[in-house]
Amino acid sequence: MSRLGGLGTAAAALLAVVAVTTLAAPLLAPYDPDFPDLLSALAGSSSSHPLGADALGRDVLSRLMYGARTTLLGPALVICVSSVVGTALAITAAWAGGRVDAVISRVLDVLFAVPGIVFALITVAVLGPGIPGVVAGLAVAYTPYVARVVRSAALRERSLPYVAAAWVQGRSAFAICVRHLLPNLRPIIVAQSVSALGFAVIDVAAISFLGLGVQPPAADWGLMVKSGFDSAMRGQPLEAISAGVLIALVVASVSVLGDRLGRTV
Amino acid sequence: MSFLLKRLAGLAVVLLVASFLVYGLLYLVPGGPMAFLLGNRSGTPEQVAAIRAQYRLDDPFLLRYLSWLGDALTGDFGSSLVYRQEVAALIGSRVATTVLLVGYATVLISAGGIAMGLLAGLRGGRLDTAIGVLSSLFLATPPFVVGVLLAIVFSVGLGWFPVFGPGEGLLDRLYHLTLPAITLSLASAAFLARITRASVREELNREHVETARARGFGERHIVRRHVLRNASIPVVTVTGLNIAGLIAGSVVVENIFALDGLGSLFVRAILQRDFAIVQAVVLVLVTAFVLINLLVDLCYSALDPRLSR
Amino acid sequence: MSLLTISGLALAVPSAGEWRTLVEEVDLTIGAGEAVGLVGESGSGKSMTARAVLGLTPPGARVSGSIVFDGAEVTSLGAKELRALRARRIGMIFQDPRAHINPVRSVGDFLTEAMVANLGLPAREAAARAVRLLAEVGIGDGARRLRQYPHELSGGLLQRVMIASVLALEPDLILADEPTTALDVTTQSEVMAILDELRRERGMAMLLITHDLELAAATCDRLAVMYAGRIVEAREAGSLTAAPLHPYTSGLLLSRPRLEETVHRLLVIPGRPVAAFEADPGCAFAPRCAHALAACGEARPVFDGTVACTRSAELTLQGES
Repeated sequence: MSRLGGLGTAAAALLAVVAVTTLAAPLLAPYDPDFPDLLSALAGSSSSHPLGADALGRDVLSRLMYGARTTLLGPALVICVSSVVGTALAITAAWAGGRVDAVISRVLDVLFAVPGIVFALITVAVLGPGIPGVVAGLAVAYTPYVARVVRSAALRERSLPYVAAAWVQGRSAFAICVRHLLPNLRPIIVAQSVSALGFAVIDVAAISFLGLGVQPPAADWGLMVKSGFDSAMRGQPLEAISAGVLIALVVASVSVLGDRLGRTV
Repeated sequence: MSFLLKRLAGLAVVLLVASFLVYGLLYLVPGGPMAFLLGNRSGTPEQVAAIRAQYRLDDPFLLRYLSWLGDALTGDFGSSLVYRQEVAALIGSRVATTVLLVGYATVLISAGGIAMGLLAGLRGGRLDTAIGVLSSLFLATPPFVVGVLLAIVFSVGLGWFPVFGPGEGLLDRLYHLTLPAITLSLASAAFLARITRASVREELNREHVETARARGFGERHIVRRHVLRNASIPVVTVTGLNIAGLIAGSVVVENIFALDGLGSLFVRAILQRDFAIVQAVVLVLVTAFVLINLLVDLCYSALDPRLSR
Repeated sequence: MSLLTISGLALAVPSAGEWRTLVEEVDLTIGAGEAVGLVGESGSGKSMTARAVLGLTPPGARVSGSIVFDGAEVTSLGAKELRALRARRIGMIFQDPRAHINPVRSVGDFLTEAMVANLGLPAREAAARAVRLLAEVGIGDGARRLRQYPHELSGGLLQRVMIASVLALEPDLILADEPTTALDVTTQSEVMAILDELRRERGMAMLLITHDLELAAATCDRLAVMYAGRIVEAREAGSLTAAPLHPYTSGLLLSRPRLEETVHRLLVIPGRPVAAFEADPGCAFAPRCAHALAACGEARPVFDGTVACTRSAELTLQGES
C-alpha cells in the first residue's frame, strides 16, 4: 500500500467501496432500482430518497448502486480484450521482428488514425446499439495503445542476456515469451491497462449517454446523466449531478491509480 | 519534400483502408446488406428495387466498392434513405456548425491551456498548485458530464446562455456555441496546461538557458527567445493532437446541446440505420483527423531545425 | 591592483533539509590580462567558484565571503548591475557547447544576439562582425555558417563559436569551464590554442577551470589546486609542477600518463575524491594521503596563500619529471 502514496491509497479505497457497494447492492439499496413510484417522481433529497427520485419516481441512490455494474462491466471487457490482444500482437512483433513486426506496426498505425469513439460508433452502426457493439469497437480502438507500449518494452526486454541464455538452453520461443517475457512485462501491462480503464469508462458512458450503449430501462450512470439532464430541464438536477460526479470520481481514482502504478514500474 | 510525399502516401493508404472497412462492414451484418439497409422499415418492392439499384447489390463486391469509392472521390456519397436527400448536401449543410465549434474550442484550448501552463511553469508557488489541482479535476470529468453540469448551472440555473440550438448570424452563433465550446475544451486545455508547464520547467533548467543568463540577458528576453521558443515544440504537438481529438468529442457535445452539426447527424444516422450517411461522415471525420495530424507533423519539423532536412 | 579578488568565499546549497557546503575559504586573485588555472577533480567546487563570480549560483544557495571585480563587490550587486557585469565585463565559456547553445536557434542568432541586445549593434553590423570573429577562431565561410544550426556543426566547431561569442563582447575576464573536456582529443589542443592566443592578443584575463593539471600548466601563469571545496596549493605554474608542496598536487602530477616514457604501472591516488560537505574534520585529503599522520585527521590545515599542508616544510614531493 505504501508504494501507492496517500492519494493512491484513497483512490484504491474509493474504487473498493464502489465495487463492494455494487456487489452488495441487493442488500444495501433502499429500493428496487426499477420500481417506479410515480408519486415521488422528480422528488428532491429527503430521508426516504437521499438523492431524490428520477422522472419515473425510481430511487436515484438505488439506481446508482446497481448502475455501477453496467457502467463498469463494459469498460472492464474493453480493457481485458484490448490488453490480451495488444500484448499478444506486441510480443509477436517484438519477437519475430522483420516483416512480421513491420506488418503489425502498419496495421496499428492505421487503427491509430481513427478516434476511439468514432470506431465504437461504426461497430454500433453495424451491430446495433448495445454493449456488444460498443465493447467490440472500443476493444479494437484501444489495442494499438497497449500494443505500442508493450512492444517497445518487449524489445528492450528481448535484448537482455537472460533471454539469449534461455534460447541457448534450447527453450522454445513460445516458452520463453510466456515463462520469462510476460512476467517481466506484467507491471507495464497492468499500469497501461489501469490508465486505459479511465478512458474506457469515459468513452462507454459517453456512448450510453448518446443512447447507443446500455439501453433503458437498465440502471447505468451514463444513461442517468442523460435522463437526469431531462429532469434538470424540469427543475430537478440531483440525478444528473450525482451520476456525473460519481463518474468523475471513479475516473479520477482510476487515473491516479494508473499513474502511481506507472511510476513504480 | 520527400518527407511530405511519404506522409501523403501514408495518408492515402489510411484513407483507403478506412473506406474499405467502412464499406465492407455493411456486408458483415447478420442477414446481409439488404436486411441492414431496410432496417426496421418494411420494404415495398419498389423500395427494395431502388436500394438494390443504389447499392448495386447485384454486382460483385469489389466492383461495388470501387464504384462507390469513385463516386465518393467526386463528392457523391449517394442519397439518404431517411432524409431522401443527397448525402453530400446534408453533410455540407452541417459541416459549418462543427467547424465553428471545433475552431472555437481550439481557440479556447490554445489561449487558456497555454496561459495556465505558462503561469504555473514560470510563477510556481501556490498558483502552480492551484492550476495543478484544477487541471486534474478537468481531466477526470468526462466531456458529457461537464456539458450537462454547465448547462444545468449556466443555462437552466442562471439563464446566462441558451441551452439548445445553433443560433443565427455569426455573433449569435458564437454566443450559442460558447457553452458547447467550453465543454469540448476543458479536458484538452487542462492537458495542454500540464504539458506547457512541464516543458517550460524543463527548458528553464536547460544548459543553454544558463548560457543566456551568463551572457547578461534579462529574464524576459530569456523567457521569450529561449524558453518559449523551445518549449513550443511539445506544446504544438499536443495542441494538434488535441484538435484531432476534438473531432471525436464534437460528436458527443453536439448531442448534448442539440447542435445541427456532423456529430448529431452521425448519431441519428446510426440510430436510423441510414448507412449512406454513416459511411460518408466516418470518411469525413477520419480524413479531418488524419489531415490535422499531418499538419502537426509539418509544424513540428518547421519548429525544430534538427528534424528538417 | 588585481582585476578579480576572491577572499573567504564559501558556498552552500540546501539539500534534504540541511546545508551542503560545496566551497569553503577560497582566496584567489587574478590580475588584468593574467591567466589563472583552477584545477581539481569533479566535485572539488571549482565550477561553483567560477559561477559565483557571475552570480550564477544554484537557486537558494548561500554565498558568503567577498568577490571584488574591478573595485565592485559582486555579491552585493543588484540584478541590473549583475546583468551589466555579465553582458560586458565577464564572459563565460561552458564545457559542453552542444548543450549550452540553444539547439533551435541558428549559429548566427547565437552570435549576434548578445551584440544586438547588449551592445546595441544593428543586426547587419552584428552579422558582419560575427563573420569576422568566426574567421578569427578559424572558421571560414562564416556567412554560410551563420545560417546553420548547432546540430550541423561538430563539437570542436561549436566550441569555437562559443569562444567567438565571448570575444565579441571584449570582456576583461573570461571564465572557461573545462572548455575542451567534451571535445575529441584531436581537437582539444587546437581549440585551447585558439582561445589562449586570441585572449592574449586582446589582453583579456582568464580563469581556466580544468581537471587537467598539465593543460592548465601549459596555458596559465599561475595555478590553484582545489580539493574538497578548498584551495590546497596556489603558486606560479612552473614551480608548482616542478616541485609541488601538497601531496595531492604531487599525486595529480604523477597519475598522468606521459608520452615520453613507458611506465609499467601508472600511479593512482587511492580512494575517491570527496565533496566539501563529506569531508572529515581534519585535512580532507588525509584519508587518501600517503604522508598523513594521526594529527592530519584532527585539525584542518590553514591555507597560508601557498599551500594548506602541515607537513609541507618537511616533505620533498615528486613533481613533473
